[in-house]
Amino acid sequence: MTRPSNPKVEPERVREIEQVVIEGMDISGHWNRMFEQRVIFDYDVTQLDRVTELDGGESMGWCYQCAQCIAVCPVDHVGSYGPRKIYRNLQVGMDLFTDADLWLCTTCGNCLRVCPKEVDMLQIMPAVRKEAVLVGNVPSELQDVFEKTARYGNPLGMNAKRRAAWTRDLDVDVPLISEMNRKVDVLWWVSDYPSYHPRGIDASRALARVLHHLGVDFAILGAEERHDGDSMLRAGESGLFEMLAEQNIETLNRYEFDVLLTTDPHAYNAFLHEYPQRGGSYNAVHYTQFLAERLDELGLSEKVDLNITFHDPCYLGRHNGEYEAPRQLINALPGAQFTEMWRVKENGYCCGGGGGGMWLDGLAAENQSMRLSEKRVREAVETGADTLCVVCPYEVSRFEDAVKSTNNDGNLQVLDIAELLAHALGL
Amino acid sequence: MSNADNERVGRGMNIVVLLRPVPDPVEELELNGDGSDLDRDYLGYVLNEFDDHALEEALLVKEETGGTVTVLGLGTADEMDQVLHTALAKGADSAVKLGDDLGHLSVSAQTELFVAALSDRTYDLVVTGVQAADDLDGQVAVRVAARLGLPQVSVVVGVAAGDGTVRVTKEFWGGITAQYDIDTPAVLGIQAARQAPRYVAVSLIRQAQQSGGLTEEDRDAPEDSSGVRIISVRIPDAGGGAEMIPGDESSAADRIVEIIRGAGVGS
Repeated sequence: MTRPSNPKVEPERVREIEQVVIEGMDISGHWNRMFEQRVIFDYDVTQLDRVTELDGGESMGWCYQCAQCIAVCPVDHVGSYGPRKIYRNLQVGMDLFTDADLWLCTTCGNCLRVCPKEVDMLQIMPAVRKEAVLVGNVPSELQDVFEKTARYGNPLGMNAKRRAAWTRDLDVDVPLISEMNRKVDVLWWVSDYPSYHPRGIDASRALARVLHHLGVDFAILGAEERHDGDSMLRAGESGLFEMLAEQNIETLNRYEFDVLLTTDPHAYNAFLHEYPQRGGSYNAVHYTQFLAERLDELGLSEKVDLNITFHDPCYLGRHNGEYEAPRQLINALPGAQFTEMWRVKENGYCCGGGGGGMWLDGLAAENQSMRLSEKRVREAVETGADTLCVVCPYEVSRFEDAVKSTNNDGNLQVLDIAELLAHALGL
Repeated sequence: MSNADNERVGRGMNIVVLLRPVPDPVEELELNGDGSDLDRDYLGYVLNEFDDHALEEALLVKEETGGTVTVLGLGTADEMDQVLHTALAKGADSAVKLGDDLGHLSVSAQTELFVAALSDRTYDLVVTGVQAADDLDGQVAVRVAARLGLPQVSVVVGVAAGDGTVRVTKEFWGGITAQYDIDTPAVLGIQAARQAPRYVAVSLIRQAQQSGGLTEEDRDAPEDSSGVRIISVRIPDAGGGAEMIPGDESSAADRIVEIIRGAGVGS
């Protein structure tokens, strides 16, 4: 995009009327002329141009600094950040390609929701990060995760062959689709943290029991599944995303299934918006949607004597408009009380894990007064709830750590909705 | 280390980097049937971390004073192709795989393979990692230099090109370092590059794969003439475990003092 041209007006070529009266007001006189350049154009906008010249970076130049974004930017609540501030800093010479500001955006999307000019950080940040990644300018903690994901297919750096190890010794059968030799109704895309992280595994095992209880004909990919790549794309490693998407699409296209059941909203987002243009079109459904549709069949009976609050994942809610399915499930828990936090749904506060933030804890610590997850946990505690319900696998570990680091151990437990449902089913 | 204290006019050198794959510890390491080696049938391999540093240092020297970087990788693991493509994407000028599907080689045989490949080449400097998981006593750099009759320094943490020489920084115990001038050609065992090995974007690695810059030299596995045979390999016994000390700082400190006194220190 090119900026609007601003030809200097030559005063001698302007015809000046001696006296002008409009609607009874005399507006004659030199004070009414503005032949000088406006101060804004005196800036050296080289750094701004470097951003707006990129594919995806164009809208950075549309900012008129109204600052509505700053009020809703989760990072500004624990520091100084947001699109308007980034625009201003670019104007006065910040090199975004090497600045820590490049990595603090979690791509939560709340700024875009309120922006009258549609300045789109979901496009801008990945575009600039991509250039930084190409010259190797990546925070070391994120570099490590990129390398692990490329090598092992998961950001935890775990043995790819052990991806289905969580199904061992489980009281219900979780079959591998490669061993079924037939079409299944539901292929469950388990994702990384639910496969490897101890608390993620708890939720996976609970969900497996719930699916069995419903009599769902399902299977998983096991070692054939690799990271969905969505967060790598937002973090600027588009080549890594392309490689993962190619491998995953090749795998998925070998099997027959009706529903692709996703645990992770980031995977759900990738299957809805990124994979179809690359030859991978699937009927992707988030597990909360799948279960909310089957509430009557679930037959929840056991009392859940908890005061629950709920955190909207950015990539399920704001990015894909699903706010109700998780709430339907929570409200159906017998005996449970449900208390909303003050920032919910469209204005939900980000946990800090998106856009690569999951793996930039050190950078966040250096540039923020607290983690976004700590801010959110404090909000959850303020509601008086004793349980924070989550439906995104990035969140269990993030919020459990934040409960400890904000000295709220014992005040708040973090549970996946699958764990709550399994409890209500006596499973 | 910065090269500021090494300031002199360097001439572009032709540097050869020796790369070795080592078993990836993310996999469970198991012993083979007769207990003489790892069970290598299901092992994955990664580039030896010290060799990665050797490559980084070679690329830094090339960026400072010009010249070329050639990487020679042992064709002992499937993963070597990816390692060599990554080296090309990082800035190596050429990449050569020595043999294909050679299987596990002893340190002695690895040395012979590198020596054979180096004998067909001209170079100013050969660098490799100071050690590897299967070469903890750091023999490869030493043996290669001895076989080629070249000067050699190990535990190197910085290299600067001179004119017909290289100035290297070698690390000793307790943080002591020393600088040496060495006539080239020479062989160096690299402990650490001056900066962490650089990140290279996956898209650049894939470009390197597609452009086909990797060449393969047809080489057989050399005989092991070292006269050393492995009799048995053993998995170490699990250690005694850690004691978690509960309580506040004061009571934890008391317990730590108690443990130290109990060990006979400062009583």
